[in-house]
Amino acid sequence: MGKRTVVPFGPQHPVLPEPIHLDLVLEDEVVVEAIPRIGYIHRGLEKLVEKKDFQQYTYVAERICGICSFMHGMGYCMAIEEIMEVKVPERAQYLRVIWAELSRLHSHLLWLGLLADAFGFESLFMQSWKMREQVLDIFEETTGGRVIFSVCDIGGVRKDISTEVLTKIDKTLAGMDKELKEVTNVFINDMSVKLRTKGVGVLTKQQAFDLGAVGPMGRASGVEGDLRSTGYAVYGKLNFKPIVDEAGDSYARTNVRIKEMFQSIDLIHQCITLIPEGDIKVKVTGNPNGEHFMRVEQPRGEVVYYAKANGSKNLDRLRVRTPTFANIPALLETLKGCALADVPILILTIDPCISCTER
Amino acid sequence: MGQQIIQPVTPSDLLTEVIKLKDAGYRLVAITCTNKEDLELSYSFDKDYELINLRINTDSKTEVPSISEFYPYSFLYENEINELFGSKIVKINIDFKDTLYKIPVKTPFGKKEGDE
Amino acid sequence: MSILRMSKTLFKNLFHGPYTVLYPMKQKEKFDRTRGKVKITIEDCIFCGICQRRCPTGAIQVDKSKTSWTIERLQCIQCNYCNEVCPKKCLGMDNQYTAPSKGSVKDEYIKCMNTQSPNE
Repeated sequence: MGKRTVVPFGPQHPVLPEPIHLDLVLEDEVVVEAIPRIGYIHRGLEKLVEKKDFQQYTYVAERICGICSFMHGMGYCMAIEEIMEVKVPERAQYLRVIWAELSRLHSHLLWLGLLADAFGFESLFMQSWKMREQVLDIFEETTGGRVIFSVCDIGGVRKDISTEVLTKIDKTLAGMDKELKEVTNVFINDMSVKLRTKGVGVLTKQQAFDLGAVGPMGRASGVEGDLRSTGYAVYGKLNFKPIVDEAGDSYARTNVRIKEMFQSIDLIHQCITLIPEGDIKVKVTGNPNGEHFMRVEQPRGEVVYYAKANGSKNLDRLRVRTPTFANIPALLETLKGCALADVPILILTIDPCISCTER
Repeated sequence: MGQQIIQPVTPSDLLTEVIKLKDAGYRLVAITCTNKEDLELSYSFDKDYELINLRINTDSKTEVPSISEFYPYSFLYENEINELFGSKIVKINIDFKDTLYKIPVKTPFGKKEGDE
Repeated sequence: MSILRMSKTLFKNLFHGPYTVLYPMKQKEKFDRTRGKVKITIEDCIFCGICQRRCPTGAIQVDKSKTSWTIERLQCIQCNYCNEVCPKKCLGMDNQYTAPSKGSVKDEYIKCMNTQSPNE
């Protein structure tokens, strides 16, 4: 048995987008165990429900995280709408799905860029982020903000998208589809990428199920579970199948996310052809009373919103369980037995969004 | 959107119910805690998009057994609830003993003296 | 062939020129809907105070006795909620951002309550 050393990883590290601390126990460059410590961005957002009333809290809920911001707002609004039994008009639901799928597209493009940067392939990182700029420009044109949209509201959406802008979005995305095929061709087929990701961090199907892995991390190991199949918002009318891979290593997770990007472009195209005319918002009066668990599929996995209201304007309790929180035990399991140089890649394959985790 | 069932249990029955759900193939989704007159724990399990919640109404002095023997990754949720709410969940497989978040105030969501 | 895999993108990049904007010499054009900062037409304001109550950060102060409407620019999160609840629709969103600065930036708008007509 070799000598054991403890190497602290983080909270500041060039490859991490957000601070997380891991104590790695090493035996001659092979990681034996990892002990996590989180809490660097704890802002106490769940306690803020006692001060802000439930309509003002929509703005706070979007600012839990910058990358998945629209889905947080949407999940919160849908939880309150289920408690108050408000029926959202159909055009608003289609618009919500369009924005949600665009969010998924830009989040996966950001992740691809970070992964390329983690193994030193900087030019690929720049190409992915250049394509992402086109999506951010679409956001600014339709909602007013590049990162935080403030467009989802209890009872519908606040802004409408006209038909010319919808056709323009369709054309931009069709052009992006071709560029995307070329860049992702490098990710899938290049020898240097394959050397760093194939066989690294393998998670078998039984392990992924026992550890509760969600999102692309679980789907790359064969655990089928995509919450969009339950048909919330307007997903029941769209035609798609969850993407599942069998291998369970980092290469499979990259593959799943790349295929999800193409699936998102296809879903947006279906929405644009099917969207009906109508209102975008329904007036909501009164206070919520009751409780509900709402589950939404974010780019990183399954997020659970638990809202409990008691009839006054402040909610009793809001609990957000984000997918990175559920994937941390799976991360600790994959880290056992890997080399020290693979640790940044493995942390990035769970797509960590620490500001979501710690609210 | 799938079903949602809420089922009240007592702390002593918790482990038997959890074993039944684990044998049926459910996975743990989240453990939530609310603080109203007393602590209300909700354990959420899911299979094929159906959600089952086990609910325990307890206070900060009763000991609740941990379910980490059957679901080893529940240690993160239970440590967080112990630290923020001041509950007493015992026998967690990895116990951080109040050092997970390192916040300066003890149990910020818990009951304070002279509470409203 | 594995070396020339990214050749189409490479050729385009060689002849296209930079994709970035030479800021601060040239600015990027903003869209119409961009939420830059809040603007008010003070003549229509009735000083009801609804915007002050609904602001999530508390950046707006309304004083009916002095007929003034003040906003703390660096606390405003440009969420547009005040615009939606205003009963007189005197608030709007400008698409240029507030310039960064140290300390607080308070903008005060006062409505003149002149009852004399100008020809007197």
